[in-house]
Amino acid sequence: MTDATVNIPTAAFRPGTSDAEIEAAAAKAAAHRRHTVTFWRLGILVVFLALWEIAGRMAWIDPFFYAMPSTIAGRLYEWITEGTSEGPLWYHLYVTMEESVLGFVTGSVAGIIIGVALGRNRMAADIFSIYIKVINSIPRVVLAPIFIMILGLGLASKVALAFVMVFFVVFHNAFQGVREADRAMIANARILGASDWQLTRSVIVPSAMSWIFASLHVSFGFAIIGAIVGEFVGSRYGIGLLINIAKGSFDAAGMYAAIVIVMVVALGAEYLMTMVESRLAKWRPQPLHETQ
Amino acid sequence: MAVEKTAPAIELINVSRRFLSPTGKSLTAIRDFTMTVERGEFVAVVGPTGCGKSTTLNLVTGLASPSAGEVRVMGAPVKGIDPRIGFVFQTDALFPWRTVIENVMAGPLFRGKPKAQAQASARDWLARVGLARFEQHYPHQLSGGMRKRVALAQTFINGPEILLMDEPFSALDVQTRVLMHEELLRLWSEAKASVVFVTHDLEEAIALADKVYVLTAGPATVKSVYTIDLPRPRVVADIRYEQRFIDYSRTIWANLKEEVETSYARAAA
Repeated sequence: MTDATVNIPTAAFRPGTSDAEIEAAAAKAAAHRRHTVTFWRLGILVVFLALWEIAGRMAWIDPFFYAMPSTIAGRLYEWITEGTSEGPLWYHLYVTMEESVLGFVTGSVAGIIIGVALGRNRMAADIFSIYIKVINSIPRVVLAPIFIMILGLGLASKVALAFVMVFFVVFHNAFQGVREADRAMIANARILGASDWQLTRSVIVPSAMSWIFASLHVSFGFAIIGAIVGEFVGSRYGIGLLINIAKGSFDAAGMYAAIVIVMVVALGAEYLMTMVESRLAKWRPQPLHETQ
Repeated sequence: MAVEKTAPAIELINVSRRFLSPTGKSLTAIRDFTMTVERGEFVAVVGPTGCGKSTTLNLVTGLASPSAGEVRVMGAPVKGIDPRIGFVFQTDALFPWRTVIENVMAGPLFRGKPKAQAQASARDWLARVGLARFEQHYPHQLSGGMRKRVALAQTFINGPEILLMDEPFSALDVQTRVLMHEELLRLWSEAKASVVFVTHDLEEAIALADKVYVLTAGPATVKSVYTIDLPRPRVVADIRYEQRFIDYSRTIWANLKEEVETSYARAAA
């Protein structure tokens, strides 16, 4: 059976194709790519701000309406160091965050519970789906005056608005996630001995979790929108109030400054959410790395 | 209860099963189906694709109930999911968010065993399928063959007296499949369970089983039954080159071929 073994002389590797060299080249390319991305990200921001500033100073656009990065930065500095005309900035930010977080937590918990319950119960889903569609078709913003009328100018009305912004998004995803749960996996759990409650808790909910998380990502932003719109319509404190006051005094820089604050907060929340998600979803296959 | 002791593990007596198609039409999946599986017997069921092989298994688990006829398990009619039954699925039915050991522990925990006991027993079963080092891995980190081993451990840990397998190895490559056959025969000979193994691979059926049931093109009914009289323990990798194995293959294939052709012609029409 010698015909099965064939002797092939080892070919010499071309220069630059050894294991170490290939790995080093890949690491270098990855680092280069990261630097390029960072460079362009920063570059675009700087160019945008510079153009805005120049356009304002050369009076191509009217700084009265469009403000300028320098005046916005000045206003932010003033708010941070001296506080706003309505009191310290931190207190307004605290109020807005309190409303958003409360609305987000209650809205997503209610959304998950009701979504899972209706997802598991076909009959209830068929009955209630029409009502959910009807309520969902109401533009949330028009609810703001109603909530303020009923619940007053304080915390409750803003939390209620943030709640309705969050609830439907999370509800829809939880419901869909439950419906998409793998049938073989469910049958497997049943045969292994799972009761209905065990099935829901240890198979259905975890498998719907990636759907639910996708909705949590966007819905914290929605909670902030709810809180700010509520404050805008009627409140004593909050970032929405600052925007409203800036609008009343034709203070463009003040409005943009408030927007910058909201932007920073929303980005931070998004970052936090991604961190929590990757912590919880360590069982999932790693997505292709950014450097690849 | 004397009857219980001697009763066969599984009996399907003149069973028919109708179900609703997605378009709302009633279809017959199996018709006048009769099959007996003795205790400790390994039965393979082969038939053309989509003829209703899986339906027979669902009837035994209690996930589906017959439209006519009777299904008995250990001499008693099937009422709901029987805890003595284990099932290995064709697709990956592991829980991807649980580690390997948590997957294997699932059965005992669902059945109310204390955690420590479940864990010890899961360790034992993982060692038996050669995955002791992979306890803390997640299913996506394992190869297809390793995931099937986890599925086997997950099923065997419950000590099933009846093992139902629905084309369990059809997604594996040929070499891994042979290894899994050996693994399955070893576990089966230790556990003394009665097995129904559904497959479309005739050679797999002959290599593993004591009896091979050939089904007709859908609606499925039993066309013929062959007793495979090959000595055990069998070495699956080598048995396929033995003359008697080849004879069995030829005879049964001649029989099965007609049904496969009927089924194919129907699909093409």
